[in-house]
Amino acid sequence: MITLENVSKRYGAQVALAPTTLGFPARRTTVLIGPSGCGKSTLLRMIVGLARPDSGRVLIDGEELTAVNADRARHGIGYVIQDGGLFPHLTAERNVALLARCLGRPQQWIGQRVTELARLTRIPDAALARYPKDLSGGQRQRIGVMRALMLDPPVLLLDEPLGALDPVTRFELQEELKRMFAALRKTVVLVTHDMNEAAYLGDHIVLLREGRVVQAGTLDDLVRRPVESYVRDFIRAQRSTLPEVAS
Amino acid sequence: MARAFILLLLPAWCFAQDTLTVGSKRFTESYILGEIVARVAADAGEARAVHKPGLGNTGIVFAALRSGAIDIYPEYTGTIAFEVLNDPKAVDIRAINRELAKSGLGVAVPLGFNNSYALAMLDTRAGALGIRSISDLSRHAGLALGLSHEFLNRNDGWPGLKHAYRLPFAPRGVDHGLAYEALAAAQIDVMDIYSTDAKIAKYGLRVLEDDLRFFPRYEAVLLYRLDVPQRFPATWAALAKLENRIEASRMIGLNAEAELAGKSFDAVAAGFVSELGGAAAVAPGDGPRTFFGILFGGDFWRLTAEHLLLVFASLAASMLAGIPLGVWAARSPPASAWILSSVGLLQTIPSLALLAFLIPLLGTIGTAPALVALFLYALLPIVRNTASGLADIPLALQEAARALGLPPLARLRLIELPLAARSVLAGIKTSAVINVGTATIAAFIGAGGYGERIAAGLARNDNEMLLAGAIPAAAMALLVQGLFDLLDRRLISEGLRA
Repeated sequence: MITLENVSKRYGAQVALAPTTLGFPARRTTVLIGPSGCGKSTLLRMIVGLARPDSGRVLIDGEELTAVNADRARHGIGYVIQDGGLFPHLTAERNVALLARCLGRPQQWIGQRVTELARLTRIPDAALARYPKDLSGGQRQRIGVMRALMLDPPVLLLDEPLGALDPVTRFELQEELKRMFAALRKTVVLVTHDMNEAAYLGDHIVLLREGRVVQAGTLDDLVRRPVESYVRDFIRAQRSTLPEVAS
Repeated sequence: MARAFILLLLPAWCFAQDTLTVGSKRFTESYILGEIVARVAADAGEARAVHKPGLGNTGIVFAALRSGAIDIYPEYTGTIAFEVLNDPKAVDIRAINRELAKSGLGVAVPLGFNNSYALAMLDTRAGALGIRSISDLSRHAGLALGLSHEFLNRNDGWPGLKHAYRLPFAPRGVDHGLAYEALAAAQIDVMDIYSTDAKIAKYGLRVLEDDLRFFPRYEAVLLYRLDVPQRFPATWAALAKLENRIEASRMIGLNAEAELAGKSFDAVAAGFVSELGGAAAVAPGDGPRTFFGILFGGDFWRLTAEHLLLVFASLAASMLAGIPLGVWAARSPPASAWILSSVGLLQTIPSLALLAFLIPLLGTIGTAPALVALFLYALLPIVRNTASGLADIPLALQEAARALGLPPLARLRLIELPLAARSVLAGIKTSAVINVGTATIAAFIGAGGYGERIAAGLARNDNEMLLAGAIPAAAMALLVQGLFDLLDRRLISEGLRA
């Protein structure tokens, strides 16, 4: 269980996040959604310690995240960014196994785990030996997911993971992610600005605007019981086949 | 590498007690006299005598004497009075010795000639203008003066001369070895010479009369550490026999053998010493000189090894210090400001000045101060390229490495340095190539390398000798460049290539 207690963040005069309290239920997929600059990425980056809250605290299984325990906490968190965030000087396999090797896991365990994850993410063996520049955008993203899952962390964070992909690949990968989330049953937090993606992948949806949570709940809650007109506007703006929104 | 370097130096330290080290300055006469002193000392059979030739200017060679890195070297009374003691009145040997004794030094054994500074012009040009004396110069304000750098800056040189004769000129600095050609090509009209110069007759020079008696006497003497006569009594007795054995005409003759007949300093000195001993004056002949003969002469591999040691030992130290400094600069913006400006500042110190400063600081001449100077010069490219290489890593990748939970050192080793490797390696390459060139000046303080030939070539205006030092240095620079291109292909991940 991940809990944010009264966390806030400003960059100079700009308020990135007003004091916010939010919980992410275990073994469920929560989607953070909202327009650019709404604070959704800042929230995600706080969980993995890349952004430090000006006030409030981040609790992971009841333990507060600090500069001291950040690295250990990160071993229990997989983090995936746009285009995979792969290290260009390492092959796909080396990217995936980097942390495990550094922590001294046995070679045999590593080999087994990489094979397992390649099967899960449908990465052919040949692609594992390639450098990131020689992989397709979709493959880079799958390798990014493999790397995040290497130590089998209970938490998986994804920051606009499909943002740089063409529509067909994106469509395919959305299906793959849904399948994986269902199979792995991890605590997933995913950031997107695409309402269709949020509706398709999320058990819970948190809609943000200008550094504030507008509404948090299931898709059904947002569609049937929007707390303000902005929720309705945001869902409508997706030009989709979603059900009619109640007034 | 550092341990290997210390081992290399150890023999020199261990045997310091049994060795008389002779120094000399960077011009023909000093080379020859230094060689003569070393030979006479060796022939006395008491001590091992080593000659460290061509040690830059007065400042460097005197610093070497004071520090004990050398024991004795040929000097001139006028130079000691003006340059060392700063006392124009201390011109006789007794007055000089009174002052020098305070530093544990002394002069003795006047060799028998006076080598004064003088100004000279082409005889034809001086005749056409009706110039006979230095006073006559002031009537021709349009004349171009090309003076050696040392003369330009010495108290007994240009500043005093200009004042005494009220001369209106703004002279140019020209290396002494090159000034004759410049004079012959009419690029300059007046140069400074030594009165025992071999080339006065060859170039048809007129020595201008010092009608106001400005220049003091420059009696050639031996300047030595006062403990030498006690440490090496027999050697000292042999050296004392050199007193008044070299007249001015003899010195001009010896200079001419080296500069005009192209004999090595060794051979000239050997000829003189064997004559002194009453033996037949058979100087060992050098045989016909060819350029390739000089280029791949007996000293080629020694010079190559010395040059390589200078370049790569200092480079290794620069990497050990420079890469961590670069990392620190990339991590901390306040540190970055002073780190980069400090290593940049080092770069602006002229090399000879830095060497002259390092000799008293380290108390020795030769390899150690040369390595320190090269180490300091090689820092800037390595520090700057490491810092900029790290700063140029995309933020997303830096964050990906942190988010992974890699400890800071592992992050540096596995992610950041490999990503910055291209830039770091390019910095090391720049330093290595610059080092090859800068190492040639190390010869001025007796550290050897190809610069030894360049210094000797400059000293006696011998272009072939100069090229025999400059060409291998250039070739080494190209080889080093090639080596680093190869390393780039080996060390840089294929994933970073376009």
